[in-house]
Amino acid sequence: MKSVADRAGTRKNRWEREVVEPALRKSPERKGPFTTISGRPIERLYTAEDVEGINFSRDVNEPGEFPYVRGIHPTGYRGKLWTMRQFAGFGTPEETNQRYQDLIAAGGTGLSVAFDLPTLMGRDPDHELCLGEVGKCGVSVMSLADMERLFAGISLAEITTSMTINSPAPMIFAMYLVVAEQQGADWKAISGTIQNDILKEFIAQKEYIFPPRPSMRLITDIFAFCAKEVPKWNTISVSGYHIREAGSTSLQELAFTLRDGLEYVQYGVDAGLDVDDFVPRMSFFFNSHSDFFEEIAKYRAARRLWAEAMKNRFGAKNPRSWQLRFHTQTAGVSLTAQQPYNNVVRTALQALAAVLGGTNSLHTNSLDEALALPTRETATIALRTQQIIAHESGVTNVVDPLGGSYFIEKLTQDMIDGTLKYWEIIDGMGGMVEAIERGYPQKEVAESSYLFQQAVERKEKVIVGVNDFIQADEKPIEFLYIDDTASEVQLKRLAELKQSRDNDRVRRTLAALADVARGSGNTMVPLLECVRAYATVGEMCDALREVWGEYEEVPVI
Amino acid sequence: MSQKIRVVIAKPGLDGHDRGAKVIARALRDAGMEVIYTGLRQTPEMIVSAALQEDADVIGLSILSGAHMHICPRVMQLLKEKGLDDVQVVIGGIIPDVDLPKLNAIGIRGIFIPGTPMQQIVDYITANARARV
Repeated sequence: MKSVADRAGTRKNRWEREVVEPALRKSPERKGPFTTISGRPIERLYTAEDVEGINFSRDVNEPGEFPYVRGIHPTGYRGKLWTMRQFAGFGTPEETNQRYQDLIAAGGTGLSVAFDLPTLMGRDPDHELCLGEVGKCGVSVMSLADMERLFAGISLAEITTSMTINSPAPMIFAMYLVVAEQQGADWKAISGTIQNDILKEFIAQKEYIFPPRPSMRLITDIFAFCAKEVPKWNTISVSGYHIREAGSTSLQELAFTLRDGLEYVQYGVDAGLDVDDFVPRMSFFFNSHSDFFEEIAKYRAARRLWAEAMKNRFGAKNPRSWQLRFHTQTAGVSLTAQQPYNNVVRTALQALAAVLGGTNSLHTNSLDEALALPTRETATIALRTQQIIAHESGVTNVVDPLGGSYFIEKLTQDMIDGTLKYWEIIDGMGGMVEAIERGYPQKEVAESSYLFQQAVERKEKVIVGVNDFIQADEKPIEFLYIDDTASEVQLKRLAELKQSRDNDRVRRTLAALADVARGSGNTMVPLLECVRAYATVGEMCDALREVWGEYEEVPVI
Repeated sequence: MSQKIRVVIAKPGLDGHDRGAKVIARALRDAGMEVIYTGLRQTPEMIVSAALQEDADVIGLSILSGAHMHICPRVMQLLKEKGLDDVQVVIGGIIPDVDLPKLNAIGIRGIFIPGTPMQQIVDYITANARARV
């Protein structure tokens, strides 16, 4: 059956025939292609006819109402602005603690910890693969002692902290809980987020340690532990950000991320948890890339897809299980090393898209991040960008200002339809773990990234300052250069720690951890004991490596 | 008939961001080269050993983590020890300007920062890979 818009005699066809065609004869359109950055074709105009298939009261509804396309809060940002959460971390815990104090003083409303690669990979700094990596891309945290330094003078009862940590999430989370305990903060009251999303590591960022199934167990252990002990903690931040950075399209980011989310829910249910006991504490993390409207449609689509899947697929009854909450980060991959000041403009537009899409929390990148970690000055401009959107632009006065736009509503519907098609394929493989084992999402992402790069080479996609509008006489900017001091400090501390702690207690707690890993108990319980004994991240991960082995991927190019 | 240029593309260190490595691997392959991608988490020893086994003319290192000043000198030293001085080493990634002279001094001249066109890398390798006999 032909759709309404295809039938001759519609208003849009009349307009094309009577108005557009004569105009094109006089002055043709630019060469195009008129596609999004993800290669999605965009029509010349969207009209009421494009949204005739959408049942607005059922499929869109109003803010605060199922399926939450227009936002989860009835009052949007008139109630509470998004959390301005700037990701930061480098060098020693003391250096990063200072940056946090600066961000709080500048009006930041939440902390977000970037760990270095050794910490992310569960290796102590003296491992051979850590050569030159300690403290470089984030802060080095080896043991509880470093966690105490990282949050010195910062009240964990008052601030919320997001920690970007995945494979060693249980170890780092246990350290955070013990520091909270030392400060006298109540576990029942503290809040924050651990990323704890291993599936996107297998798909995109590749910071995995253990094979998929034991990795999934660590995650469901955290779901179960937090439901009882740390009820306000966001136990996972299911992340599309890294999938997008690895080169996926906007649709692939949406489809794979939400399908990852469904996989976690399924594993939680299979582990014996009640959906409404843990899903309300799941959160999401999306990219905001440069294609303004496609990104806004993505966020709106995400809310409806999640709400419907939780209600219909999993039978969730608690509205909090239906409500998708998400953090957004502007697209690091869109930043250019050439003419870096242009990145402020890119970031502002991406941040605006996230806000118009109803993000609950936001990180804006700094202008120098194609070159290095940000300086204090550039990190401040990034935060100011959010404050200007929040307080000067006026966009926060109204909920979902783009709702009802023919284009946005059609694009939202298209993102939903496209996602459901991807889900069918992945469900057909037996689930996301199985799809990953077959390399399916990895291949899809690699293909998209290559197609995009070719489009850039052909100049079908213009990147200002890179493949067009190039400036020959660019002056270099000053940026943060992280030397090896942090590495030296941390290596010395590691040696001292191994001298000063009760090593018998460390051995006993690590052995208890391995026992639980071999059995079926909750791994968080013995991990807290390892942490209290000042076992290192490397030691705790090694104890589990011995039980579960390590994952190695078959590279797909 | 000229033989294909053989390139080992490697990701040293702990970083898993492999988009660049994979895109370049494909571009070089499409340009008619024989490309061997090592995958992630390679030590300098593993990379040089792969180059030896694969009879590589070129090693391409993708490094975004800031560890290049540790990894590159070690790779160059191992190549010398194995008598592979004529293997051309190129790197791509986030390399600050201040490190360029230091990398040049140890014999690395093909250094490609974000935004470099793929064709420029193909041309550089074609012009500079050791001659196959």
